[in-house]
Amino acid sequence: MKLGKLTLGIAIGLLAALGPAWAQQSRLDVVKNRGRLVCGVNAVLPGFGFLDQKTGKYTGFDVEFCRAVAAALFGDPDKVDYVPLDARVRFQAVQNGEVDVAFRNTTVTANRDGALGVDFLPVTFYDGQGVMVKKGRANSLRELQDATFCTTQGTTNEKNITDYIRAQRWRNAKVLTFEDGAKVMNAFLQGRCDAFTADKSQLVGYRATAPRPEELVILKETISKEPLAGFVRENDSRWRDALSWIVYATIQAEEYGITQKNLDQFLKSEVPEIRRFLGLEGTLGQDLGLPRDFVVRVIRAVGNYGEIYDRFFGAKSPFYIPRTGTLNALQRFGGLMYSPPFR
Amino acid sequence: MPRAKDLLLQAVVLGLVAWGLLSLLAEARSRMAAQGIPFSFAFLSQEAGFSLSEGLTYAPGEGLRPFFPSDTYLQALLAGFLNTLKVALLGIFLATFLGLLVAAGRLSANPLARALAAGYVEVIRNTPLLLQLFVWYFAVLLKLPSWENALSWGGVLLSQRGLVLPQVGLGGGVLGLALGLFAGFFLRKRPLWALGALFLGVFLGWVLWGPPLVFAPPQKEAFGPRGGLLLSPEFAALLFGLVVYTAAFIAEVFRGAILAVPRGQWEAAYALGLEGRDAFRLIVLPQAVRIAVPPLANQYLNLAKNTSLGVAVGYPDLFSVYGTVANQSGRSLEAILLVMAVYLTLSLGISAAVNTYNRRVALRWRL
Ligand SMILES: N[C@@H](CCC(=O)N[C@@H](CS)C(=O)NCC(=O)O)C(=O)O
Repeated sequence: MKLGKLTLGIAIGLLAALGPAWAQQSRLDVVKNRGRLVCGVNAVLPGFGFLDQKTGKYTGFDVEFCRAVAAALFGDPDKVDYVPLDARVRFQAVQNGEVDVAFRNTTVTANRDGALGVDFLPVTFYDGQGVMVKKGRANSLRELQDATFCTTQGTTNEKNITDYIRAQRWRNAKVLTFEDGAKVMNAFLQGRCDAFTADKSQLVGYRATAPRPEELVILKETISKEPLAGFVRENDSRWRDALSWIVYATIQAEEYGITQKNLDQFLKSEVPEIRRFLGLEGTLGQDLGLPRDFVVRVIRAVGNYGEIYDRFFGAKSPFYIPRTGTLNALQRFGGLMYSPPFR
Repeated sequence: MPRAKDLLLQAVVLGLVAWGLLSLLAEARSRMAAQGIPFSFAFLSQEAGFSLSEGLTYAPGEGLRPFFPSDTYLQALLAGFLNTLKVALLGIFLATFLGLLVAAGRLSANPLARALAAGYVEVIRNTPLLLQLFVWYFAVLLKLPSWENALSWGGVLLSQRGLVLPQVGLGGGVLGLALGLFAGFFLRKRPLWALGALFLGVFLGWVLWGPPLVFAPPQKEAFGPRGGLLLSPEFAALLFGLVVYTAAFIAEVFRGAILAVPRGQWEAAYALGLEGRDAFRLIVLPQAVRIAVPPLANQYLNLAKNTSLGVAVGYPDLFSVYGTVANQSGRSLEAILLVMAVYLTLSLGISAAVNTYNRRVALRWRL
């Protein structure tokens, strides 16, 4: 017993002394040596990140970016170990290095960037917070001034709705929080709250999986900006650079019109810009610490940004979220999706 | 001198462990500093900016009042702590009561009561508490009538939004009540006189200053109650869950304690001419309590610590508020140290209270 304590003390001391050694290596090298990516995702948000109980596989828009990274690094999109993260633990999981990166419908905010010890990757989805009610309950937000709003703990949504209520000076409105979206949805459907507030895309997902979606309405008002992005631990710019350009590659591919199908034709291209992008010329890949042909690997595995979007939010998907005319359209079509040049 | 060697070894081990923990903390601090997050408790005085569905906090100059988003993180944590305390203390009280009842059932001569009590203990002890909380919340309390169809009974409203009681305020006549109580206290040797004095006080007060207590029934509005005292379903789910769960263990503690009193004590009591009930009350129970107190303290501590499951049913207990604070402020290390210290204090407080009681009931050997 005494000996046990002694060893414990020594072990803790050693751990503390050895800590800094592995803290200094870039995560890029750690992941390459490991040969697998540990990616934090949502497990319960249909459309973005969802663990299919039947197949045991993760699917969703965010999950595709984990796959893109694994494809870029190892040429195999399946070399990923997924870690489900709930809203509250996600930043700690990245801060502690428990996951290499998280793609988990997370909003970029100054507070998170500054105070939470994480750095953000490029935005992959422009969202905004909305409110869902049962049909007939309200037609606009104004009618909800005495309502109880349910939302998920540890989200921007929790704070936004409070800000909104304060700005409107609604004295009787209440906010009730639960630890995950499924519980929010359960309490909302049973009538414990009048409204479910979350990012609109997420409301679409929850609505689609409700027993009777036609009885739920998402109000048209948007009360916040929710640009969603992946994030990594703070101060590891090599890792962050590599990941950022993997994300950009999907957008740039769409801008060039390169798809999974026509990729082989583009590989025969004579255009210098395209040849550089696909790693047929130059050293962009190596400079970023990535394989020369990382872009090709990414497109082969997951396709370009538009293809990823359509797979999960396209007209054929149960979580249809129109893209035309929204911020998620390419810049050339009036949206905000745009990649800095691969030059 | 084996004692000195023992002490020395203990000191060395303790020192090593403390050193290990401190260097771990120092390492965490320096790593956080490297990421631009210096270790500091200054964030506690920043504005919280989030809401809590229920809970009082302390504000200088205002005393205890509901928590507002414009309050600080510290005030948010305090509100969480008071919510925890509310469930813990009420829970301990009710669980003890229910536990006694169930123990009585298990030892009863009636086979039906015995079977029921045994079934209760087995089912409750062998299913996870978290599951029971979900059942209480999602399958019981949220199945109450919706707010529009709230059951209403004499100013009391019951629905899935919770139980709303009329708010009881002090009226002018409370002075008369106080005087009546005061006079009654002095006359306590003569119950009839005391009762008379009490009535007289209340009557005079009522005539002179109005009713002693005023009931303000809640107003039922489209979205919820206005006024009134609200017991939320989240609070109720956590309380019921903890009480029913812990009572099963407490029942076993009591049962074990009563069975542990030697048979001879019963026989001695009967030999003195005491009947069954009196034998139990005067001879067996006092000895059983002595045996029960230490394991009872364990159950109380468990209940207090299990309040941290509140977040599962949307109740803003201390741990739930910690989650939000850590997430918004990024100060998880500082906040968890604080929260651990608070839980430790709460546990030590409960232990101290039980120990004091234990010392009072413990046998004092007079030689
Ligand atoms: N974008 C927001 C919200 C993210 C979020 O966690 N949203 C909820 C939607 S209700 C969610 O994904 N919940 C899934 C779960 O953990 O149950 C943020 O970054 O804070």
